Amino acid sequence: MKGLKIIVLAKQVPDTRNVGKDAMKADGTVNRAALPAIFNPEDLNALEQALEIKDQIPGTTVTILTMGPSRASEIIREGLYRGADDGVLLTDRAFAGSDTLATSYAISQAIRKIGEYDMIVAGRQAIDGDTAQVGPQVAEKLGLPQITYAEKVVAESDGKIKVTRRLENGVEDVTCPLPVLVTVTSSAPDCRTRNAKLIMKYKHALSVSETQNTSEDYIQLCNDRPYLTIREFTVNDIDTDASQLGLTGSPTKVKNIESIVLQAKEAKKMTPSDDEIDNLMKELIASHVIG
Amino acid sequence: MNSIFVYCEVDEGKVAEVSQELLTKGRSLADELKCNLEAIAIGSNLDGIEAQIFPYGVDVLHVADDARLYPYTTNPHASIVIGLFKEEKPQIALMGASSIGRDLGPRVSSALHSGLTADCTSLVIGGHEDKKAGKVYENLLYQIRPAFGGNIIATIINPECRPQMATVREGVMKKEIRDPKYKGTLNKLDVSKYVSDVDFVVEVVSRHLEKSKINIKGAPIVVAGGYGVGSKENFKLLHELAEVLGGEVGASRAAVDAGYTEHDRQIGQTGVTVRPKLYIACGISGQVQHRAGMDESAQIISINNDPDAPINSIADYVIIGDVVEVVSKMIKFYKSNTK
Repeated sequence: MKGLKIIVLAKQVPDTRNVGKDAMKADGTVNRAALPAIFNPEDLNALEQALEIKDQIPGTTVTILTMGPSRASEIIREGLYRGADDGVLLTDRAFAGSDTLATSYAISQAIRKIGEYDMIVAGRQAIDGDTAQVGPQVAEKLGLPQITYAEKVVAESDGKIKVTRRLENGVEDVTCPLPVLVTVTSSAPDCRTRNAKLIMKYKHALSVSETQNTSEDYIQLCNDRPYLTIREFTVNDIDTDASQLGLTGSPTKVKNIESIVLQAKEAKKMTPSDDEIDNLMKELIASHVIG
Repeated sequence: MNSIFVYCEVDEGKVAEVSQELLTKGRSLADELKCNLEAIAIGSNLDGIEAQIFPYGVDVLHVADDARLYPYTTNPHASIVIGLFKEEKPQIALMGASSIGRDLGPRVSSALHSGLTADCTSLVIGGHEDKKAGKVYENLLYQIRPAFGGNIIATIINPECRPQMATVREGVMKKEIRDPKYKGTLNKLDVSKYVSDVDFVVEVVSRHLEKSKINIKGAPIVVAGGYGVGSKENFKLLHELAEVLGGEVGASRAAVDAGYTEHDRQIGQTGVTVRPKLYIACGISGQVQHRAGMDESAQIISINNDPDAPINSIADYVIIGDVVEVVSKMIKFYKSNTK
């Protein structure tokens, strides 16, 4: 069987699961700077599925595509360390303020620019928004079938893939001819860890704009070793209609944001009286911790 | 005024709970906006399905009935919904935030270039003034949802694009029959008009319903029990609390070793690491190995009859008392304070 061209959609996200006490400012708003930026967890599950197909079918290539600020090249390097072949950083101020629809438009146009692919794999959802929308919307924009909630993706010899989907009430096996877009859920296997040899190979990999701040020696090194250059697309590199980009291209608008104020860490001692438990539940509901 | 549409999931001849809840919500929004409530049911063998749907106050039910439309696959259902929405131009469209609704919704919103908000916890009608554009909007759907890992609550609107689409999880809205004799109009759709053969590209090979795998890692709320819970029987109470709060049950190693619950639920150094919004530690002393698996939880409640249990030092709330008594009261007062 001939190798597949796989594109993995990945996002760098603030680690919202790891909201410590310093992650909230005194006024109760989120202090984004205090949250570490990480590889979106389910995108790592997606990368693993792509890498398993690469293990299975020689000649398969895995390309990571991410949209974000220039520092998002960090997750492309992270993907290279784990076995991806190359990456593309889609970055431009024109994308700022995009909702899921404008995001999926920009990503689908970047995929058209990349050109050939057999399969697009993405995490089911990103932890900063939890919407699970960008995957299916990219599929729709590219006219591809979509298979969501994938737990296991296997390339069959007849040019189809077989996917086990984890649904809320059970599992389902489906088949689909390529090309297809698959979103992978967190119950799929964890991503393999970094490979020491690949770290050595790619630790100097930089995106085009990162390279500009380096020495001439470094630029020479990148010229000698083309795999060290992470491709970068700006809005000018892809074919877009400006009215569909960023805030302008986003049908949804944020009307209002209410921050949940976390309290300082000082244990409140209570007895199991009806009043105290009743008040506790009221407090937790009011602060949106439960309910 | 244009209608409100609810996509109804039907499995084995039964309309899903979440769809019944959305029909109820849809009816009250339709009353407020003085418009019709319409529903869509897509599947196979749907004869008589209207009897389950009209009583929620549905004015028009569109049915697409074809053997190939069950079990659900994305493209055929999406093609029907997209085609129907293009004809009927609903102002609002609601779907369950289920594995079907979260698969279908974004596909439809992309094709129609309309805004979709996932997992709303509240839907309210209200106005909006866009000062920059000098525009005033009335009767928009406020789509309210937690975001950013539950650290903020956002109100989302779609001022220009229609339909205004939202998904809502099961159990968030309350279901209520409007009138058992409510008379709506049944509109049987010509499926071939909306769906073509290429839509059936994904083939379902097998399906089996089963209990979901335990997913403590992803749970926003974890109710964890330790040796102090005392028995397997008492652990059932923790399951009840987790269920009403929408969380999962975890355990300390001591509770697993004592046979109170299964190994998959073990939290700590040799188990799973969790970072939920709320961790309720019941009868857990809090050895360092356990704390390693949960000390990054955003909020911690410790229920323990030992005031000096180590876990109390990292808790936000410490309730000194008997686990069974406290957990029973939490269930009772949670219920009395919601809905």
